[in-house]
Amino acid sequence: MKNVNCLIIGAGISGVSIAYNLASKGMKNIHVVDKSYFTSGATGRCGAGVRQQWNTETNCLLAKKSIDFFEHAKEILQYPGNLEFKQEGYLILATSQQEHEQFIKNVDLQNSLDIPSSLLSKEQALAIVPHLNPDSFVSATFCPTDGHLNPFKMTEAYMLAAKRLGVTFSFFEEVKKINRDNHKIVSVETTKELYIVDVVVNAAGGYSAEVGALAGIDIPVYSENHEILATEPVERIQGPMVMSFSKNIYCQQVPHGAFLMGRTTPGQPHNHDVESTWQFLDEMAKTAIHILPLLGELRVVRQWGGSYNMSPDRQPIISATEDLEGFYIACGFSGHGFMFAPMTGLLLSEIILKENPTLPIAGLSLERFKHITDFEVEQSVV
Amino acid sequence: MNKKDIIICRCEDVTLQQIHDYLDQGYTNFEDLKRLLRVGMGPCQANTCGHLIQREIANYLNVRIEDVPVHKVRPMLLGVPLKSIAEDNDEEC
Ligand SMILES: Cc1cc2nc3c(=O)[nH]c(=O)nc-3n(C[C@H](O)[C@H](O)[C@H](O)COP(=O)(O)OP(=O)(O)OC[C@H]3O[C@@H](n4cnc5c(N)ncnc54)[C@H](O)[C@@H]3O)c2cc1C
Ligand code: FES
Repeated sequence: MKNVNCLIIGAGISGVSIAYNLASKGMKNIHVVDKSYFTSGATGRCGAGVRQQWNTETNCLLAKKSIDFFEHAKEILQYPGNLEFKQEGYLILATSQQEHEQFIKNVDLQNSLDIPSSLLSKEQALAIVPHLNPDSFVSATFCPTDGHLNPFKMTEAYMLAAKRLGVTFSFFEEVKKINRDNHKIVSVETTKELYIVDVVVNAAGGYSAEVGALAGIDIPVYSENHEILATEPVERIQGPMVMSFSKNIYCQQVPHGAFLMGRTTPGQPHNHDVESTWQFLDEMAKTAIHILPLLGELRVVRQWGGSYNMSPDRQPIISATEDLEGFYIACGFSGHGFMFAPMTGLLLSEIILKENPTLPIAGLSLERFKHITDFEVEQSVV
Repeated sequence: MNKKDIIICRCEDVTLQQIHDYLDQGYTNFEDLKRLLRVGMGPCQANTCGHLIQREIANYLNVRIEDVPVHKVRPMLLGVPLKSIAEDNDEEC
């Protein structure tokens, strides 16, 4: 039996960021448990792209403030390694007049929030990524401060910084039971230990609905498999991430030289499958070659899958729970929780410590799904 | 021979010294090492370095080599079940 002030379930990018933020605000005796190895969840399987080009204000702000942090993360977290932060923008293709018109509105919203995105003509887009197929799109938007990081290194950076502040971690330890006394959380049982707790954070990614259920809290999220592949490394030919919502692709060249690309397989069942399929490989290859014909020459080295944890409005849940004192949630990132992690950690630590939140949090609450039925759904997703 | 001069993962140019440094930091399974050092992410997909690293982990933890989990094998280096091939044909007609 162990007494802890705060038990964080899940050591993915969300859990480590929450741990770091709580500890840096002075909270003591924080422990993080994870049922598997380091970055075994979505965090170790993701594209790790970070972008501010969204079409809801909440997502724009979460992303912008998070990128402000990533720009200084190495110094703030005193990380000795290389975070491989590449800030060469996202180029998002519009492939129809209708999409072009939506993008005009998106850029207006983004600019109103100080996000430096702009609308580009086909020629301007080709000047940035010359190997684009000019017949595959009509226009594009570009934000030069978007980019990507190495997800393993970013997670390690948070974890090591949290450890220096006294946070402890255990891996291969699974939460099995959460005990409550009416409306208050009391203790958590894992495969190895019984923790007497004041605060529990559910940052269990793809398994957050299950962990919620252990505490008797219904969280309206589900998981679905999203696949991705990596090619052999080649010399640098592509600066920005190239993305198209309508053609269903994102594709970036990481500093190591490999290309990473992914797409959504429509009609995926809601489950915890993270295996690879030839159908994905087939569709991915066709889409990539259509938009970026040159990539047809590259050899595929590896493909894998990971869970998107989907919420009803495709925006995260970063929230306390009304019914259960001491139980907090960070999940439902709907495929973009890596880029929001700095804000996830900051906002949830502010919620837990009852401080004034840096951003409005009503739109991130679990309660929003009880009261509202016509959500503003984020459309800019692959 | 100096551990710095012994290459364990030749695809990604990772030395025995680096492996031992990370083992010392507490990353004691293949999946951890893969994510932080890129071992096994090269073109051979750990076919060359996988068992070497498994042996280093076993020695380090003082356990039997068969008790050290091997890395997750990912496509393109995997046998294809006949049913996947048959399903493909079904969809083509
Ligand atoms: C293919 C793919 C591409 C993506 N690309 C991007 C991208 O470009 N940009 C972006 O921002 N996001 C991207 N994402 C989404 C991003 O990966 C996730 O939103 C983010 O990593 C979620 O982090 P997390 O810490 O909340 O969850 P996870 O990383 O899944 O961590 C949850 C952890 O909880 C642990 N856990 C679960 N249940 C228990 C239990 N009962 N007891 C103990 N531990 C438990 C798990 O082992 C796991 O380690 C992508 C996702 C995928 C799959
Ligand atoms: S030798 Fe390690 S991946 Fe090939």
